[in-house]
Parts: sequence; C-alpha cells; structure tokens
Amino acid sequence: MKKGYYGDFGGQFVPELLMPPLLELEEAMRTIVPSEAFQTELKALLADYVGRPSPLYRCPNLSKELGFDLWLKREDLNHTGAHKINNTMGQGLLTKYMGKKVLLAETGAGQHGVATATAAAMLGLDCIVYMGAEDVVRQSHNVRRMKLLGATVVPIESGTKTLKDAINAALRYWIAEQNTTHYCFGTAAGPHPFPLLVREFQAIISLEARAQCLGKMGRLPDYVVACVGGGSNAIGMFHHFVPDASVKLIGVEAGGTGEPGCYHSAPISLGTPGVLHGMRTMLLQTTEGQIQPSHSVSAGLDYPGVGPEHAALGASGRVRYDVAVDSQALAAFEALCRREGIIPALESCHAVAWALNPASDIPKGSQVVVCLSGRGDKDLDIIESYANKPGGAK
Amino acid sequence: MSQSLLTTRMLEALSAGRKALIPFLPGGFPDKERFFDELAALDAGGADIIEIGVPFSDPVADGPVVEQASLDCLLNGTCLSWLLHELEKRKGQYRAGLVLMGYYNPFLQYGLDQLAEDAAAAGVSGFIVPDVPLEESGPLRAALDKHNLDLIPLVGLNTSEERLAAYAKDARGYVYFVSVLGTTGMRESLPTEIKERLTAVRRLFKVPVALGFGIKSPDQLTAFGDLVDGVVFGSALIAHIKAGGTAAEFMLRWRS
Repeated sequence: MKKGYYGDFGGQFVPELLMPPLLELEEAMRTIVPSEAFQTELKALLADYVGRPSPLYRCPNLSKELGFDLWLKREDLNHTGAHKINNTMGQGLLTKYMGKKVLLAETGAGQHGVATATAAAMLGLDCIVYMGAEDVVRQSHNVRRMKLLGATVVPIESGTKTLKDAINAALRYWIAEQNTTHYCFGTAAGPHPFPLLVREFQAIISLEARAQCLGKMGRLPDYVVACVGGGSNAIGMFHHFVPDASVKLIGVEAGGTGEPGCYHSAPISLGTPGVLHGMRTMLLQTTEGQIQPSHSVSAGLDYPGVGPEHAALGASGRVRYDVAVDSQALAAFEALCRREGIIPALESCHAVAWALNPASDIPKGSQVVVCLSGRGDKDLDIIESYANKPGGAK
Repeated sequence: MSQSLLTTRMLEALSAGRKALIPFLPGGFPDKERFFDELAALDAGGADIIEIGVPFSDPVADGPVVEQASLDCLLNGTCLSWLLHELEKRKGQYRAGLVLMGYYNPFLQYGLDQLAEDAAAAGVSGFIVPDVPLEESGPLRAALDKHNLDLIPLVGLNTSEERLAAYAKDARGYVYFVSVLGTTGMRESLPTEIKERLTAVRRLFKVPVALGFGIKSPDQLTAFGDLVDGVVFGSALIAHIKAGGTAAEFMLRWRS
C-alpha cells in the first residue's frame, strides 16, 4: 500500500510548501509518539486532567423500552465535554516535544477549538483558532469559552463560512507559519499523517470500550455505533473492534433536513470520490469537481468530506454507513434528555438516532454500544430555536 | 523528446535580453466574454507564457485576490469544459505558451486522460497543479506525457535539496519557484533567503526558472539577476483589471 493510503483513499494532496512540515510530523510520530517519556506523560494527562477512562454506561430506561441493551461510551464526560480533548492533548504534547510554540486549529461546532485552546493553555502554548463566520454565530457559547482560555478566534468570511473554509484558512496560515506552528488537525482527515495521528490519539476510546464490554457484558457487543462528520470519534470508537468480525460497525452520517434537494453532510452514503484538504476521499461535489455546500443541524457534522479511512472502511464493507436526518437527531436528543437525564451533543444524537430507529432492525437482546461523543450544552441555542418553530421539538 | 514550447518561449525572451513575462489570469475573469479579449491582449502585449487559472471552490494555495476572482468565475459559470472548448476554437491564435493552473479535483473529475487529450487539442502546453506534490504526481504525469504536455513543478524556500533533485529529474517546461512561504498575493518585499535557494534550483534544474507569488512590480526582480529567467504575476494583474484597467496597459508597464 502506498504511504498514507487506506485502500484508494488518503494521500498527501497539498502544496509542495506543506510537504516539509508534513514530513517533519511523520518523523515526530515515528520517534516521539512511541517513546516512553511521551507515552507516560500523555497517559498521566489523560487520567488526571481529561478524566479517562470514560465510563461505559448502560441506559436502563431506554434499554427496557427498546428490548436491547443500549450502552453509551461517555466521551461527554471528558474535560471540555467531548472526545476532541483526547486528540488535542496528544497533539499539544507532541507540539511541545517538537519545540513549536503555537497550536493552530480549525473548528466547526467549536468543540475542537475549545479542546485545542484548553490543551494550549494547559501546556503553555499560544493558540489560534479559525472558524467559519456562520459557525461563530451558531456556536457563540464555544467562541466565548475559547476566548476565556486565551485563544485568538479568527472568523472566516470566505466560501460557505463553515468548517471547510476554516480548514482552507488554517492550511494557508500553516504554510506561512510552519516553523513555529503545529496545525492541530481536528479530525481523522486531511493529508497523511493526520488521519493516522488523530486515530492514534482517539483509539483510546475503543481500547477502553472493548475491555469494558468484555468486563460488563462478558462478551463483545453486537453493534458499535458512532456519528461521522470528519469521523474522529467514529474511527476512535471503531479501531479496536475492526478485527472482531462478529461486531457490526455502524457509522452514521448527517442527512440534513432530508428533504429532496437539501444540502446534507453524508459524503460516504451520497457522495463520490475526489480530492479535498489534502486527501482523496468521498466528497460532496458537482460533476465538475467543485465542492458543494453541506448542511446539518449539527455544526460539528457539517463537512462535505470525511476521513479517508472511513471512505475505505465503507468501500470494503467492514463498516456500514447510514444516514440520520435532523429531525431524527432532535428526537434522539429529547429521548436521552427525558429518559436518561443526559443532554447529548447534536452530533452524537445522530448515532443515538440510528439505535432508536425501528428501521435499524436491531434484534431483541442485542448489546449495542453508541459513542456519546460530546455533551449538548453548546447546542442549546439551536435546540431552542427548533423547539420554537411550528411543529418543532417541545 | 523535443524541447517544450514553454522552454522555448522562456529561452527566446532570455536571448532577447529580458526576463520572460508570465501573467496569470483566471479563466472567465473578469467575465466570460472579456476574458478572451484580455487573453489576446496579454499575448499581443508581450506575454511569453500565460497561466490560465481553472476556478476551484477551495483554492488553498491562493491568497484573497485570486480566491475571490476564482469564486467570481465560478459564479459567472466558468468551468473547465467551457474553457477547453473555447480555447480549442482559438487554437493557433496565441504566440505565448499556454499553461492551465488549477487544483486537482476538477481535473480528476474531468478524467485525466480526457483532460490531457482535450488540453492538447486546445493548444495548451502544460499544467500547474498546486495540490499535487511529487508523491501524488504519478497518474497526472502519466496522462500528460502521452500528449507531450509539461507538468510544471512548484518548489519553494523550504524545499530540501533532496526534493529539488527529485523534482528536477523529470522537469519539463520550466520550474516555478514560489518566492514566499505563503499564498499568492502581492507583497512589499521578498525574503532574503530566496537567493540562496534559487542558486540551488539553478544548479539542479536543466529547465528555466520562473519566480512567482508576491511579485508586485518589476523592481522586485533586480535583486535576483541571473538566477531567474521569468516572472509570474497574478494578483497584481487581477487587481489592475478589477480597478478598471486593461491587460494591455498592464503589460506595457512590465515590458518597459
């Protein structure tokens, strides 16, 4: 297999000026990440600062109603409220070991921005976060958090003013400032080695979950479900289950409103192969190769591409990728709030929605694990605006 | 393999005692009608090579001026097939060598073999694809080779000697040296370490060397003397046209 590829997907489609920092990062991954000093420091940070391991929690009320055991991998209980912190602590620490001073990030829903700003503050690094101007408005709560943590938030007014444009802007900034700055990519996407690096730091989710399943269920689960935007929580949730043929892996993409002709964020289910942001992957694009706008009620899933390993797992059939639409995610949100006392992120609600959907046809008595990738505090404004619409959630 | 037209045009300029002039204009800019008038004006005005931008929704190597022009062109309906079709109708009308500069995805979706065939039929001599570094260039290069089209390497201040040598091995046409660690766009001054890197480029590449990104005026070139054979200017030309000027006026300034 060619370096940095997963099947037909992956690669390093970047300007030549970005090849030196990517090669430098590959070298750091090879030499620093496996070193005892790095691993010891990271494990301590994850345990005492992030709060790992996150619990694997069986939902008693929904399990009773559904007739199968619904388990949640509680990444929402991590410090800063999402799985993103696993990656930013890893990349932040790596940045320090590499002798760089600035953490650069892009963010959609703001969770990765908050997690990067947190890691930067904790590790004594400067932090710059690029964010689409539309997302700055949609996720003002997280913008305030980033600023409190000392980050500079730069709203991006070009293009669709969402995550994809924030990534373009961050890549441009990185070209110019590569000597002092590490680009802390937020998801398991982008040019090699980012998909590998982010998976390395997120695989802790499935490492823990697999052991927790064996401990609590006495066996492997039947289904492992995760939402997929760029796909970092999902690749982390799937990684250690991929060799277990009996475990069905389900990635859930965002279908937007689900109405004919609407924009959505489901490139594996509804897109075609192409090249964007340094990788060959599944994309939402026109027949002429222009990138199409995406949309989801969840800003964190609103991305026209997906990590290349997901594209490959989809092509090989090892992971089944389905779609949940906005209304299903909102219904799942309400179900978790009311039945289990958990306010989940709208991203995670797409995965929960798949498990709650009767069409998923999950046999009674199954063991179903859903990655609850984040908590929903950041989404309350969106939820309330939907609830106030005619016919919206109560 | 015979000498590339792009190399020939660069060398002709040099033997006339001047640097080759390489304007960049996005296809369909400022609008679909006027684009071909301006292209003709650039050609008549002394351009040795013209780089024609193929608009893309996410031009990551470009600064704000080129990005906005690219997005404007998409809005006015410019696409690769239109561009190739219109160029084919005008084949043979331009003295300057024509290069298409664009991002990989529109080329991929067009189909690389079809692209090479249609570009050759349209009188295009080469391609610059900023998001295809050496490692990913195999399929594109294979398609272009069949039609004797050049894939112009982009190298920069941070490209190691080892990578420069790898690019130099099969380089055809010319080599495009990016003068700054950054995106396209005008700058008041250029970094001093350019000279050192250009010396390495000059030593390793057999093809002529063009300097681009950040070039605003002819004065910026004097520092590099014999190390540079040609100069690329895009943002300055776009800004000039946007401000109501014409390509013909712009070329006058550069020729003198």
